[in-house]
Amino acid sequence: MSLFSKQSKEAFLTPLFTNNPVSVQILGICSALAVTAQLEPALVMGISVTIVVALSNVIISLLRNTIPMRIRIIVQLVVVAALVTIVSQILKAFAYDVSVMLSVYVGLIITNCILMGRLEAFAMSHGPWESLLDGLGNGFGYAAILVIVAFFRELLGSGKLLGFEVIPQSFYEAGYMNCGLMLMPPMALVLIGCIIWVQRAIEAKNE
Amino acid sequence: MEYLSLFVKSIFVDNMIFAYFLGMCSYLAVSKNVKTALGLGVAVTFVLLITVPVNYLLENYVLKPDVLVEGVDLSFLSFILFIAVIAAIVQLVEMVVERFAPSLYASLGIFLPLIAVNCAIMGASLFMQQRNFAGVGESVVYAFGSGIGWLLAIVALAAIREKLAYSDIPKPLQGLGITFITVGLMAMAFMCFSGLNI
Repeated sequence: MSLFSKQSKEAFLTPLFTNNPVSVQILGICSALAVTAQLEPALVMGISVTIVVALSNVIISLLRNTIPMRIRIIVQLVVVAALVTIVSQILKAFAYDVSVMLSVYVGLIITNCILMGRLEAFAMSHGPWESLLDGLGNGFGYAAILVIVAFFRELLGSGKLLGFEVIPQSFYEAGYMNCGLMLMPPMALVLIGCIIWVQRAIEAKNE
Repeated sequence: MEYLSLFVKSIFVDNMIFAYFLGMCSYLAVSKNVKTALGLGVAVTFVLLITVPVNYLLENYVLKPDVLVEGVDLSFLSFILFIAVIAAIVQLVEMVVERFAPSLYASLGIFLPLIAVNCAIMGASLFMQQRNFAGVGESVVYAFGSGIGWLLAIVALAAIREKLAYSDIPKPLQGLGITFITVGLMAMAFMCFSGLNI
């Protein structure tokens, strides 16, 4: 098997758009909505989830022939929980401010449905290399949605990106106002609804 | 009085769905009709009511620095321990309900195992850890309130979705798109509770 056969390329590419974990499979919504008021925590969350999905996919795929079927959920949960604990400790050590902003949502990566979904549907039946690509693809697909939502919420809600002012002062003097509602939780839901709408409209056109 | 205000607050102000988006996956997947929504809501409330106090006791008598052995801080183990407790209790609850209340089991059956990976359950335990409740009583009240809040949210959405089925919605927006926007509007309505001073 070559490193980038058609199959493994597909495992990486389809979750990015056509089978995106958030907007198509509707998995892992909880954290996708809660951490997107600003771009920075959204980026960190996206990276953390990508790492955890990719590594847990590889580990479970290596173990898949030795795990008894009856207790597989518990084994998967323990592997994921151990990885999340490591990620959370690293965040606390090197990016304390962000880890405070993310609060409980780092811990909630454990119950993120993307993880269980990928472990059950992919890693249990595929080799480690493909599982790694599948994990990376799903992680990036998830991160992409987070970044899009966070981009609009931070830009329209507080006129900043990654904490830097991007809307020029002259706009404010001309009467432009930040839309405070964008920072509230409900707008995350509405934005994801709109992303799904746009994506389905594009797909309908392509068919 | 304190318990009552915590109860009301955890239902309306800190609503699991509308304020923290916890348990969103099953919330969206199982809200197509009111009856199953009610079943899942009851199951979530039930499991929350057991797991949060158990995790509270674990947190305060095992995990916190110096409580188990002098000078040992086990708090880094909290994620693994909480999820193990939740998975074990869900399994236990499933067996007990199957044995003693077969009719309840028949109606909850499929939802119970799913609850182990419901973010609302894990989230409630993590919030309990973060907020430092003063006693087991408070954690029980908090768990019950959160569960009822979740139940309320899923039943309300299911009722709206039953009506939505007959509405004229643009094709690409049908299904999940409009559901998200509906939940957004419901969350906006719930925001008015955040000014509640109790």
